Amino acid sequence: MFESLSVPGLGSVVAGTALLGFLCGTLGTFAVLRKQSLMGDAISHACLPGLILAFLLFNSKESWALMLGAAISGTLAAMVVLGISRFSRVKEDSSLAITLSVFFGFGLMLLTWVQRRPDAAQAGLARFLFGQAATLLDRDVWLLAAIAIPCLLTVFIFWKQFQLVCFDRSFAQSLGIPVFFIEVLLSLLLVMVIVAGLETVGVVLMSALLVAPAVAARQWTNRLEIMAILAGVFGAFSGIAGAFLSNMGKTSIPTGPVIVLFITLIVLLSILFAPARGIVWLQFQHWRDSKILHLDSVLSNLLNLAKEHSGKQNGHSMAMLKGISSNPSGVPRSVQKLLEMGLVSEVDKGLYIPTSKGAEYLIEKTSHMGALSK
Amino acid sequence: MTQAQIEIQLLAMATAVACSLCGVFLVLRRMSLLSDAISHTVLIGIVIAFFLTGDMASPWLLVGATMAGVFTVLLVEGLQKTGVVREDAAIGLVFPALFSVAVLLISIYSKNVHLDMDAVLVGKIALTPLPSRRLEFGGYDFGPKSLALMIAIIFVNLGFIIVFFKELKVSTFDPAFSKAIGFNPYWIHLGLVLSVSTTAVASFDAVGSILVVALMAAPAATAYLLTDKLSIMLVWSCIIGMLSAVLGYWFAHFLDASIAGSMATVAGIIFGLTFFFAPERGLFSVWQRAKIRDRKFKLALLLVHLTQHEGTIRELEECNIESLHLHLRWDEYETRSVAFEAVETFCASQENKVLRLTPKGRIIALESLQLGTNLS
Repeated sequence: MFESLSVPGLGSVVAGTALLGFLCGTLGTFAVLRKQSLMGDAISHACLPGLILAFLLFNSKESWALMLGAAISGTLAAMVVLGISRFSRVKEDSSLAITLSVFFGFGLMLLTWVQRRPDAAQAGLARFLFGQAATLLDRDVWLLAAIAIPCLLTVFIFWKQFQLVCFDRSFAQSLGIPVFFIEVLLSLLLVMVIVAGLETVGVVLMSALLVAPAVAARQWTNRLEIMAILAGVFGAFSGIAGAFLSNMGKTSIPTGPVIVLFITLIVLLSILFAPARGIVWLQFQHWRDSKILHLDSVLSNLLNLAKEHSGKQNGHSMAMLKGISSNPSGVPRSVQKLLEMGLVSEVDKGLYIPTSKGAEYLIEKTSHMGALSK
Repeated sequence: MTQAQIEIQLLAMATAVACSLCGVFLVLRRMSLLSDAISHTVLIGIVIAFFLTGDMASPWLLVGATMAGVFTVLLVEGLQKTGVVREDAAIGLVFPALFSVAVLLISIYSKNVHLDMDAVLVGKIALTPLPSRRLEFGGYDFGPKSLALMIAIIFVNLGFIIVFFKELKVSTFDPAFSKAIGFNPYWIHLGLVLSVSTTAVASFDAVGSILVVALMAAPAATAYLLTDKLSIMLVWSCIIGMLSAVLGYWFAHFLDASIAGSMATVAGIIFGLTFFFAPERGLFSVWQRAKIRDRKFKLALLLVHLTQHEGTIRELEECNIESLHLHLRWDEYETRSVAFEAVETFCASQENKVLRLTPKGRIIALESLQLGTNLS
């Protein structure tokens, strides 16, 4: 059905990576907001032993069997992580690191043991680690869709509960929402998505696909629903772009890393340039605010000087203003600007006094600040 | 045991000790996941150094990898400082990106080069005794090269810990105090990052990238459950690391499976056992203590209940063993057992199914009441 594209098989690869990207982005949103960005990393590593045990048990390399095994050991790992940090003084970072590496080590041991058995086919560690998006077939896409649709539907149904648990756990609890159940449900969804994506993008890149789209989306909005959809779109977009880019050259390069680099680029751009939260934007705002603040301080200095020397209508010189300013080199520019705004006038050559408009401007500013401090 | 087996076990133990030493501080400073990030990104350092030197055996590869590890941590911290991304997300962004670059570089440029991905991730400790990997000097055989390197790393780590023990301690447990007495904890932090990177890079060759994480986190976390003293924790961590190494080796030997994998598995099993059975902080002894406390409290409460109704009209009703659970609102069976315990320990006596305080029981009840008023 996806054969309309020029390279045979590319259609299903693109459809698969796009679907996976959307799913990962949407669910990653919740993981990132709940400070569980690295849970995905731990779960995906921990799928290895389940994968191999399923292979041994069913003696088949059918996707569904392997996925079932991976899902079981992934769920177990998620529970172990939560259990260790809940029931002992070992912190969450250590419990993640231990679970991740020990499950993976155990899987590795099983794998090498399987591979030495003469009757076993090679299960392929490289595939588990890096994935093989290039071999996605139509039926894999259907399987992905079969996982994606119930997952997204669950998110839709439990939207309100998920939102509350993410942002205000104790409030959710006080409302009588079964917080523990919701958290388990979120973890289960995470496991499902990871298991679905492992074959395509592999372990390492799975964690990127969960974290990066959500971080990028966070930069552009303060609303959860927009963030989730935007993260999904970013994920899908980088999935499509990765699939095309990696198939462009004559020699095919691995799709997973290309997808990750693409989404990382989106993250970088978002972190730098997003309005209101981007670094460049914040720097610009900071620069503008400091300019205005300097302007105000020069004006207020002038006003105070004029008050102290009341009666005389003589102004004060630039040198005087520089002497009491915290940033003397900026004084001439600020005075120039104040003159342009009509807040200050030049009474004599090089002597300045605030105009009545300037005094009003300052009074309004300070009353505003007074209201703020109240 | 053959000489080859002894050498492999020695290397495994040396690697475990080097990792466990760093691991203690990672666990205490909540930086365990940085080891995960570092062990992935050293790959890009190796790849770049390899492209520059064209030699897989060049010592520059180690330098490049170590720099890549430090660079990773700086990048994570830089990203965190922007305030846009939290630490967990920053780690989750940085290492997959750098790792992807490394994988792409390898797949594009190294068609004719031997840079085996499996070896990078799994390590090749089993190849240690091969003749090509020996350190020979003036005609003498000094054992495997990697063993010599690992021992050097242990000395560097130990030296760092011994020389800066006070600084490490204060900056780990109370960074604010450390700053207040004029010592910037950031320098120690950098030193630690450097040491973790070096260790990860050196261990990488033997046990592979992901199992470095196991050897850094598991023994140290196990030790954390066994003691409250930093110096003792370091010793425990090393012992547990060595134990995992030796047991892991023999485990792998009998199963004919990956040595690194089974070392990690054993380290995990030891952690699991400690998690449940550690003398003070184990889950079972914690539960046991809670149960004993609960029981003691219930006994005291029962005695207080008896004092309140002693000599009153309702005494026969309130202190009747048949209806006691209704007044205390406890489970019936449990009430019986607490009442029985009270009689057993001579705190109360039973007459016609009514509990009466003994002098001993009265003292305990009054003491508990006193304690209660003091507390409030």
